[in-house]
Amino acid sequence: MIRLLRQLGGDTRTGFTKLGRSSRFLLLALGGVVSVLLRPRLLLNQLYSVGVLSFLIISISGLFVGMVLGLQGYYTLSDFGAEETLGVLVAASLVRELGPVISGLLFAGRAGSALTAEIGLMKATEQLSGMEMMAVDPIKRIISPRFLAGCLSMPLLAALFSAIGIIGGEWVGVGLLGVDAGAYWGQMQAKLDFQNDIVNGFIKSLVFGFVATWIALFEGYDAVPTAEGVSRATTRTVVNSAFSILGIDFILTALMFGDD
Amino acid sequence: MDAQKYPTPHLVSIRNLSFSRGSTKIFDDVSLDIERGKITAIMGPSGTGKTTLLKLIGGQLRPEQGDITVDGQNIPQLSRTKLYQVRKRIGMLFQSGALLTDMNVYDNVAFPLRAHTQLPESMIRTLVLMKLQAVGLRGARGLMPNELSGGMARRVALARAIALDPMMVLYDEPFTGQDPISMGVLAHLIKSLNSTLGLTSIIVSHDVSETSLIADYIYVLADGKIIGHGTPAVIRQSPSTWIQQFMTGAADGPVHFHYPAKNYVDDLLSTGKRY
Amino acid sequence: MQHTNTQDTLVGLFVVAGIAGLFFLALQVSNLGSFTSGQGYTLTANFTNSGGLKVRSPVSLAGVKIGQVSAIDLNPTTYQSVVTMHIDTAYNNLPDDTTASIFTAGLLGEQYVSLEPGGSDTYLKDQGKIDITQPAIILEKAIGQFLFKSAEEKSE
Repeated sequence: MIRLLRQLGGDTRTGFTKLGRSSRFLLLALGGVVSVLLRPRLLLNQLYSVGVLSFLIISISGLFVGMVLGLQGYYTLSDFGAEETLGVLVAASLVRELGPVISGLLFAGRAGSALTAEIGLMKATEQLSGMEMMAVDPIKRIISPRFLAGCLSMPLLAALFSAIGIIGGEWVGVGLLGVDAGAYWGQMQAKLDFQNDIVNGFIKSLVFGFVATWIALFEGYDAVPTAEGVSRATTRTVVNSAFSILGIDFILTALMFGDD
Repeated sequence: MDAQKYPTPHLVSIRNLSFSRGSTKIFDDVSLDIERGKITAIMGPSGTGKTTLLKLIGGQLRPEQGDITVDGQNIPQLSRTKLYQVRKRIGMLFQSGALLTDMNVYDNVAFPLRAHTQLPESMIRTLVLMKLQAVGLRGARGLMPNELSGGMARRVALARAIALDPMMVLYDEPFTGQDPISMGVLAHLIKSLNSTLGLTSIIVSHDVSETSLIADYIYVLADGKIIGHGTPAVIRQSPSTWIQQFMTGAADGPVHFHYPAKNYVDDLLSTGKRY
Repeated sequence: MQHTNTQDTLVGLFVVAGIAGLFFLALQVSNLGSFTSGQGYTLTANFTNSGGLKVRSPVSLAGVKIGQVSAIDLNPTTYQSVVTMHIDTAYNNLPDDTTASIFTAGLLGEQYVSLEPGGSDTYLKDQGKIDITQPAIILEKAIGQFLFKSAEEKSE
């Protein structure tokens, strides 16, 4: 029992130490963002590998999620004779929840794990050390551009996810199941509020992008510089990002939609 | 060299250096000097912290105690900006080469030039090709790092290390894992670059034969202490049995073949235990 | 160089697509396209019962949306529901004998405020009050009273 407590205490302490290190890392990375703006080429390259390469998985997933929502929503709503509100159901679930959350999870799996592996391997092959010895700050040169690219890409990806999902829902609902197109779009526009739904969903995706990129970069930078260490760090990135995104989503949802 | 030009003949002076990792003492009150214009080798078995010493000289690690003076500047006490100023004048060749994997050979060599100078691209091209010519890889400028053999990667890294015409180059195990030919090529390069560019070189290595061929002076490290130093000839004649074992590569000697264990016969007879 | 150019193009396309997605959500999906809440004036109306009316429920005239409900409060002395509406400036010529009613769009649809202009020559001004109100039409009372009662009991 005592041993268990001691173990727990030790783990807690390691956890706090890691949180401290990652916060310090975050500050350094944010500090380097200014210098990234002076060298847009670095940012462009990262927007490509973080954003463009996640584009396909995000659009295809968004399409299918929207189509499934269209089907499921139609069968549930038609029991109440309320098929006209299908647009509201699809759009509200996508914009408020599924868009930011699923694209956040996919982003962590696709871009986050790649970032961790890349940074971890750069560390393992002494590339980061090498840069330091060449008097080039690896945080400014490697971390900050990726950080900025992650934070910029995620809201765009989430918006695409939701938009494509809504169109997918229309295909199924209007195209296949015969819901009136005017009702689909009209009810949606009447019910969804710009401030409360679109902006809040956008804020969510921004926060998720920030957190997922932070975790991915920190895990890579903090990885034990061996093959095993990097693979463990990559796993931790995906797991920790998923937990953080879902946990933060709950808090944000409670804050945003709680008093309505 | 010319003693009038410099206050001391030593480019690097280490005084009373102590450094430990966890509970292991890696350096215990070590002092040594690196002479300008010479190739100094720091030798010792694996795990004695030779790479750590290079990182301490480069300011990537901070010692617990002691001074590390590089060209009159005490490295552990420098601010970040000053430290980066010093680092621009130090080239380092990492064990793995540490080439940036997302750019080709040409861009790798151009990297420090682009990061630290405002030279026009045409000038950078000339400099890069000169450095690549010096290591014999001008023709390989378009290759990516993963297309290079280990020896070629190290030569590219060497070209990159001398790109800014440093005053000193640090070599971390330059010969490890190389075939005899590329070992010979690297040894020749280190020697010739040192004299033609007027460099000061520090080689950290456990490769006795190649290193002692090109080194002007050797320090032998073991258990956090310097156990011998001198010119290669002096080291080879050293009366120390430890140094003799290290230089000849004998299996047993002061460094025991066996990891400390209890008596062999007792161990075999004590049955009923898993280990 | 060729490689970087394609890469840049793709990044450009990606950013454009992302921003297009955002605009799509803002204009096509939400109410931003149909109504902007910046310009406008406020009217109030007292109802004996505002039913399921909510903040942001539409306010329409002859089927055209001209504003939205911005607040619903209870008058503590009369026990009436005070509905504050935000009307677009374009529709600043409502007569002061305009009638306000609460209707339901379809059987299960949301509730909205419907305005019916009277014949007066004077127009309602900012902070003006609509005196003639109708809490719910007869049809709704007939069908809805039962539903609302049970819904209210549930929500209490």
